[in-house]
Amino acid sequence: MPFDHKHLLGIEPLSKLDILTILDTAESFVEISTREVKKVPTLRGKTIVNLFFEPSTRTRCSFELAAKRLSADIVNFNKQFSSVVKGETLKDTVLNLEAMQSDAIIIRHACPGAPHYISAFCRSHIINAGDGAHEHPTQALLDAFTIRQKKKNLEGLKIVIVGDILHSRVARSNIFLLNKMGAEVVCVGPPALLPEEFKEFGIAFDYTLDRAIRGADVIMMLRIQLERQQKNLFPSIREYRDLFSLTPKRFRRAKRNAIIMHPGPINRGVEISANLVDSAKSVILQQVENGIAVRMAVLYLLLGGKERETTD
Amino acid sequence: MRLLIKNGRVIDPASNVDETLDILIDRGKIVKINPKIEVNGSKIIDASRLVVAPGFIDMHVHLREPGQEDKETIKTGSLAAAKGGFTSIACMPNTAPVNDSRGITEFIISEAKRNAVVNILPIAAVTRGLCGEEITDMTDLRNAGAIAFSDDGHPIENSLVMRRALEYSRLLDALIIDHCEDRKLSAGGIMHEGITSLKLGIKAIPASSEEILVARDIVLAKETKAKVHIAHLSVKGAVDLLKFAKQQDIKITAEVTPHHLFLTDASLESFDTNLKVNPPLRSEQDVEALIDAIKEGWIDAFATDHAPHTPDEKDVELDKAPFGINGLETAVPLLLDKLVNKNILPLDKFVAMISTNPARILGLENKGKISVGTDADLTILKLQKDVIVDTNQFFSKSRNSPFNGWKLKGAPVMTIVGGKIVHS
Amino acid sequence: MDEKIKARVMDARKIKRALHRMVTEIIERNRDLSSLVIVGIRTRGIYLGKRVSKMIKELEDIKIPVGVLDITLYRDDFSELEAQHMVKKTEIDFSVVDKEILLVDDVLFTGRTIRAAMDSLIDLGRPKSIQLFVLIDRGHRELPIKADYVGKFLPTSKREIVQVHLKEIDETDEVLITESVENT
Repeated sequence: MPFDHKHLLGIEPLSKLDILTILDTAESFVEISTREVKKVPTLRGKTIVNLFFEPSTRTRCSFELAAKRLSADIVNFNKQFSSVVKGETLKDTVLNLEAMQSDAIIIRHACPGAPHYISAFCRSHIINAGDGAHEHPTQALLDAFTIRQKKKNLEGLKIVIVGDILHSRVARSNIFLLNKMGAEVVCVGPPALLPEEFKEFGIAFDYTLDRAIRGADVIMMLRIQLERQQKNLFPSIREYRDLFSLTPKRFRRAKRNAIIMHPGPINRGVEISANLVDSAKSVILQQVENGIAVRMAVLYLLLGGKERETTD
Repeated sequence: MRLLIKNGRVIDPASNVDETLDILIDRGKIVKINPKIEVNGSKIIDASRLVVAPGFIDMHVHLREPGQEDKETIKTGSLAAAKGGFTSIACMPNTAPVNDSRGITEFIISEAKRNAVVNILPIAAVTRGLCGEEITDMTDLRNAGAIAFSDDGHPIENSLVMRRALEYSRLLDALIIDHCEDRKLSAGGIMHEGITSLKLGIKAIPASSEEILVARDIVLAKETKAKVHIAHLSVKGAVDLLKFAKQQDIKITAEVTPHHLFLTDASLESFDTNLKVNPPLRSEQDVEALIDAIKEGWIDAFATDHAPHTPDEKDVELDKAPFGINGLETAVPLLLDKLVNKNILPLDKFVAMISTNPARILGLENKGKISVGTDADLTILKLQKDVIVDTNQFFSKSRNSPFNGWKLKGAPVMTIVGGKIVHS
Repeated sequence: MDEKIKARVMDARKIKRALHRMVTEIIERNRDLSSLVIVGIRTRGIYLGKRVSKMIKELEDIKIPVGVLDITLYRDDFSELEAQHMVKKTEIDFSVVDKEILLVDDVLFTGRTIRAAMDSLIDLGRPKSIQLFVLIDRGHRELPIKADYVGKFLPTSKREIVQVHLKEIDETDEVLITESVENT
């Protein structure tokens, strides 16, 4: 049995083989979403909870569709209309949902380690859909899947990640994954958002995008949160754009067949020029499309087999 | 009743004694110390193969009473202290209400008289309500029984207020204990800023947050000639600053906690809320610097920063959990196992840091030493006793210890306060 | 547990003859071969399907498309599986709507695989009909399913295992009956 994990808490605990298993399994799920009846009965009778404590468009809908295409029942928890606003703790919230016989809980939470915390007392499979600035494993997996579609192999590719690395769970999960798969990762951003110690995770870093982008196969742009500027992490959007925005001129320094990625939501004209977002070089919407197949694969691998005693 | 402790290995750093002696106690005082004492009509304790030390003093404890009796009370905290080998504990003023007035200090003292089994030494606030703005009536508080002053957990941000407090403290020759943290630098931080915080994406507290306030306090202590004690030293940079200050004529002392010596930030990978503490668990290099400073004698005291929190408060996600580690019942076994029994710190130096020096820093003239006429506060240790930390056996009301399950060698076996056996 | 070979019930020649007979039956029964499509069930159904397509081409000069079906997602025994089955791709690049589907597998046993395959096919569209083609029918049905074309009926006990080997992946063409034996 190649995939022996009860939960998907992050990329960090996965092996290269685990990652390949998920990506290969996802290949088989792509076709289902192209059918007229976009549904298979695999997870019929399973109950999945989408437990989102933070706003989300892509990830929440993607998990919901993935679950529905596998015939699972999915419940969407909405923090605003829940007892959390009355002060119910995370533990009590989760225990109550489990009492309704959930089989899996997909959690997004502002606190790093929240999925790990609930996995300690939950019977259900826990899937991390983003925990603070820590990890967002399915995003990294769908990014890897998309890169593989375009570039066949991850090994040896030069991948440049640009923006607010410090606060990005997408960047962390991607760094962990790409490292395990043998890609060369270069991170770029202003110093306050890219501490030098990141190089301990096996990446190169550069404060100059014009230099770092040379010879890149993949350029991954991160959303810059506008409120960071108020904390003096960089002086102004104007200066940030001058130094770190992906423009057609800068993009020409990358390899001719380089691709542009972005986890969304995009600030058009801030971290990336609007015409690049819509260009043929951008695979941003393919990322979204692939998200469903990748999440179907994750749900299938966690829920599709026999209940195992092991935990990870 | 008289108490005779026979054949113990008596260690008293104050008088440089390390030999097998008998100690006779009468009416709460030590009345005789001799190689062989024979008296009739006294209770005899056989201390052969045991170490008899002056009673241990923990100058940094949170007893939570008044106001947060669900976490701890003066009674349960004192029981935990006695079990942990401490005969005197100084309690921080961040109660509800804050100990910033004679009424609260007197309440703590009277509650201690009624219910506590060890000496309770209240520390009063430096500023009213711990707000960092107006200094408290220090003389009145001192007269009511406050042993020292601190805004622990709420460091005074305004350097002028700190300077004024230090200036005023000279009137009483009072001690001001500072929790050194620049709260603008540490804002929102949960753990030490380093590789682990970067890996886990957890908001971090940089070393500079501590270093900057230690440096400020040193400069102000020099300028005002007041007495400053640095609480829970945790980073290498602060150790370097302490060395610098101690090489000059500055009245500065410092303490270190067991958890900052035996745990690092890397342990937070478990996301265990029992590891969430302020100052945070630091890096391997910081731990090395602290241990070296202990060996070289730069750090004056061990203190626990005993910070009890209920299981419910800690059974939440890391962001929401309160800071603090329960320390009274684990400190002595940890220090004996990791420092004394591993020959990193000689036994007499250990006793100095946990009894002699805290007594000196707090100005307790009749404590922290074993000599005729001093208070009969004694801690008896068995260096080879094997213990397994079990939080369910704690006398403290709370269970928030990251050391649960640790196997340690060396523990207190008897605690005597004012000639009375309070734990054995 | 080791496997003991109890009998070699078909060799390459016998398999070839059986396939010839079955292909003839297919041609007789399906007057309009232009609406016939073949769907092979992973893994050996694919190769049998391709052989059938090739033989029809030789006899009737018409190319019958062959699709590949992975039924893992339609299995009804998920929670009982010891280990997960790895999902592989379903590759059917033609429409099944209004087609006569020839569903091909190597061994017909409980019928559960065929049930899963039929569910899967119907989710892809509404075929005109589904005909079942198996090389071996070993009995022990648990569902009301019957093959239209059978290479060989092979009465077996439940303990026994029927193994079809095809030279495309197993080096040789043969059908074996084996049995698990306890190691001593």
